[in-house]
Amino acid sequence: MSLTSFSPSWSDTTAMAAAARFLLRTAGSKASITNVNSCVHSKLGLTPLRVSPSCIPHAKTQKRHAAHFTFQPDPVSTKYGPMQKMNLFQSVTSALDNTLASDPTAVIFGEDVAFGGVFRCTVGLRDKYGKDRVFNTPLCEQGIVGFGIGLAVAGATAIAEIQFADYIFPAFDQIVNEAAKYRYRSGNLFDCGNLTIRAPWGCVGHGSLYHSQSPEAFFAHCPGIKVVIPRGPVQAKGLLLSCIADKNPCIFFEPKILYRAAVDQVPVEPYQIPLSQAEVLQEGSDVTLVAWGTQVHVIREVAAMAQEKLGVSCEVVDLQTILPWDTETVCKSVVKTGRLLISHEAPVTGGFAAEISSTVQEECFLNLEAPIARVCGRRTSWTSEFSISPPIRLNLILSQYMLTTEIARRLFRMH
Amino acid sequence: MQSIYFNKITKGVRLVKRTDLKIKMAAIGGLRRLCKISFNAVCQNNRLKASRLCQYRAFRVNGILHQQPFDSPTEKPQFPGASADFVDHLEFIQPNVISGIPVYRVMDRQGQIINPSEDPQIPKEEVLNFYQKMTLLNTMDRILYESQRQGRISFYMTNYGEEGTHIGSAAALDPNDLVFGQYREAGVLMYRGFPLDLFMAQCYANADDLGKGRQMPVHYGSRDLNFVTISSPLATQIPQAAGAAYAMKRENSNRAVICYFGEGAASEGDAHAGFNFAATLECPIIFFCRNNGYAISTPTNEQYRGDGIAARGPGYGMLSIRVDGNDVFAVYNATKEARRRAIAENQPFLIEAMTYRIGHHSTSDDSSAYRSVDEVNYWDKQDHPISRLRHYMTARGWWGEDEERAWRKQSRKLVMEAFEKAERRLKPRPELLFSDVYQEMPTSLEKQKESLWRHLQQYKEHYPLDLYDK
Ligand SMILES: Cc1ncc(C[n+]2csc(CCOP(=O)(O)OP(=O)(O)O)c2C)c(N)n1
Ligand SMILES: [Mg+2]
Repeated sequence: MSLTSFSPSWSDTTAMAAAARFLLRTAGSKASITNVNSCVHSKLGLTPLRVSPSCIPHAKTQKRHAAHFTFQPDPVSTKYGPMQKMNLFQSVTSALDNTLASDPTAVIFGEDVAFGGVFRCTVGLRDKYGKDRVFNTPLCEQGIVGFGIGLAVAGATAIAEIQFADYIFPAFDQIVNEAAKYRYRSGNLFDCGNLTIRAPWGCVGHGSLYHSQSPEAFFAHCPGIKVVIPRGPVQAKGLLLSCIADKNPCIFFEPKILYRAAVDQVPVEPYQIPLSQAEVLQEGSDVTLVAWGTQVHVIREVAAMAQEKLGVSCEVVDLQTILPWDTETVCKSVVKTGRLLISHEAPVTGGFAAEISSTVQEECFLNLEAPIARVCGRRTSWTSEFSISPPIRLNLILSQYMLTTEIARRLFRMH
Repeated sequence: MQSIYFNKITKGVRLVKRTDLKIKMAAIGGLRRLCKISFNAVCQNNRLKASRLCQYRAFRVNGILHQQPFDSPTEKPQFPGASADFVDHLEFIQPNVISGIPVYRVMDRQGQIINPSEDPQIPKEEVLNFYQKMTLLNTMDRILYESQRQGRISFYMTNYGEEGTHIGSAAALDPNDLVFGQYREAGVLMYRGFPLDLFMAQCYANADDLGKGRQMPVHYGSRDLNFVTISSPLATQIPQAAGAAYAMKRENSNRAVICYFGEGAASEGDAHAGFNFAATLECPIIFFCRNNGYAISTPTNEQYRGDGIAARGPGYGMLSIRVDGNDVFAVYNATKEARRRAIAENQPFLIEAMTYRIGHHSTSDDSSAYRSVDEVNYWDKQDHPISRLRHYMTARGWWGEDEERAWRKQSRKLVMEAFEKAERRLKPRPELLFSDVYQEMPTSLEKQKESLWRHLQQYKEHYPLDLYDK
């Protein structure tokens, strides 16, 4: 075991090199390859190591440009009655529809929600339930959240939409200093537990700097709120209904790349998926893979790839709730597998993977057989796809190769 | 994915996205023009498309608002964002359209009713109640201020000079109306009947504090009295109050919301958010600004350049008034009428009560560093809301030296009793550190609670546990 194997820059370089090779084969653009290499060099000041071909799958998936993953529909279960084919935004609409129908105090508001919202999540609801219940607000995020808190304090069910998670920061104070602390600071005299904040989240391909961010870690530092991210339509409806029913203010981040790309058979009737419970999607014995939202689909593919190329059996965990998160399920899995890889789109430094990693290290130290690996956003920030930014390409197209490389290199020291 | 419904929706999304992009590009186009960079036909084209889009949007908006029909032959501007006439001479609007918003008052400085038709004719008993609440607040302030000076409580903020704004407005409300305050409105809570014991319990953060000892002194709250617990971040309560008012409008419960804030807090973005939301969403709310001349050390002439806070009302499409905050009847009249109309017409009102902060900002402040003793003395001696009301009562023979002497003695005794009781009381149970973070206790917090508990058991001798409630 060499010391360098613990250095993050080493593995970063490896992964970047692997990525660069892949791009070489797929993109066929000399300019962009040069860019990738120079980016790696200038950023890390290191020469990429050679990667053995066995770690880089020569996949038939080379042509994937638009999406860097394949959405896997949830297995159909008739537990909750009749089902309908819905994509993610339709399943959100369905949850909102159920809520407005059953709770006369419920209101839905935000920028452009009255006509259906820019992502179509509220289509038809104003006409069905009235313009006092589904309405536009002025363009002001701190106003939207503040207004929602007040509604909830006065006993109404408030469902606020922030048009993009990237624009939630004007409301940061209202969320962190107000919503999160309302119950605590008043000694439980007042609370805004009836508030749910929805926001489209995560990368979408052409989203660039300000339509792609995953800001969950900023909120994970804040006791008093819940942060929830679904991986598909079935979870979106069940978790959103849980957030709405939950007696604590919740932030519900919706992976916007899945709004149309993800289609499930979704129950028409209301149902809830419990918060603060991770879901083990695939059992395995050698390594635990943890992700949430879009990245769950990437780690599912990684699990298949790792099995096929490396002979490694992966346990796949969808965390679902970021705060308060399900330490038990994750730790139980790591105790079994002895290895952990966490992946998220947001930048690695201070990302939520750091919190998971640190907790698992505290709880499962003696079970760990390799350092915990985090494969997360490495860019300083997004740049426009149209400027052919190498980092975004790497993140969008190559994540599963990076992850598999990480499993080989860091968790199993394969060369 | 193949369903017709889906395809329609998809088209909708594409349309929105494309138009969004066009607007952005048009904006960039504008920027470049500003920078005097020659521009090409592509952007021209985009501008054209963007303007067509505006028409489309305008049509939708107008459809809702029932503005001018599009084929109207009149020479009126058709812009969706404004309705007025064209002019053919260049003229900027003056910031002060009228020369200073007038200050409404009922009494002069000697407590004489100026215009009898404005006399609210409040019965003697209620006027005496006003006076007793204003002076009791003053007495409580003195004792708590002193107790902080002696190191008995950690912090305090007095209400000196602003008693008229508190009592006048509180009296004009219905007890069911919800109050969102800043921190210098203890008189509102006192008027509603919050007992001295609970004021003291909060300042001492003892086991009787309804807030469980979690906040600094003066952060009161009472569910029973519809007074939302105070929080330190300024102006955050303003959009919240608008939201609560919207909920009340939907309930049809004949309740209104009042939201207090200082003229300093009115500079925060949240104040703008709250005003604009309340106006556009037609909320039955009274925004009550206490303009007391200072935000800590910052005087109003460094806080804003317009005509105070009331002048902002028209900008939001909101009815506004400026009142003499040291005239308890003027405050009462203005609040009463604003409340009546807010509920009847579902719209917000803005009241700017002019007053003066006679005390230091807080016990952490020494205001002699930024204002003169003469200035403070003027307000304390010549234009004080308590003396003005006393003049009024004296003139009617409702209150004399004897009553004053007896009441002073009695009120001081009441405050001292509550004070001593609060000081003797134990502190809240240590476990209360962990409850109410969430409605339920998450496992992680449960673990932290147990670990603190184990630690306290093991090292009891190092902690003053006997001061805490069990
Ligand atoms: C967001 C925020 N910024 C700064 C402060 C610190 N602060 C507390 S009170 C105050 C002045 C407020 O002045 P004003 O609103 O006029 O109220 P007044 O004290 O005069 O009653 C400041 C700056 C704060 N509490 N919150
Ligand atoms: Mg002030």
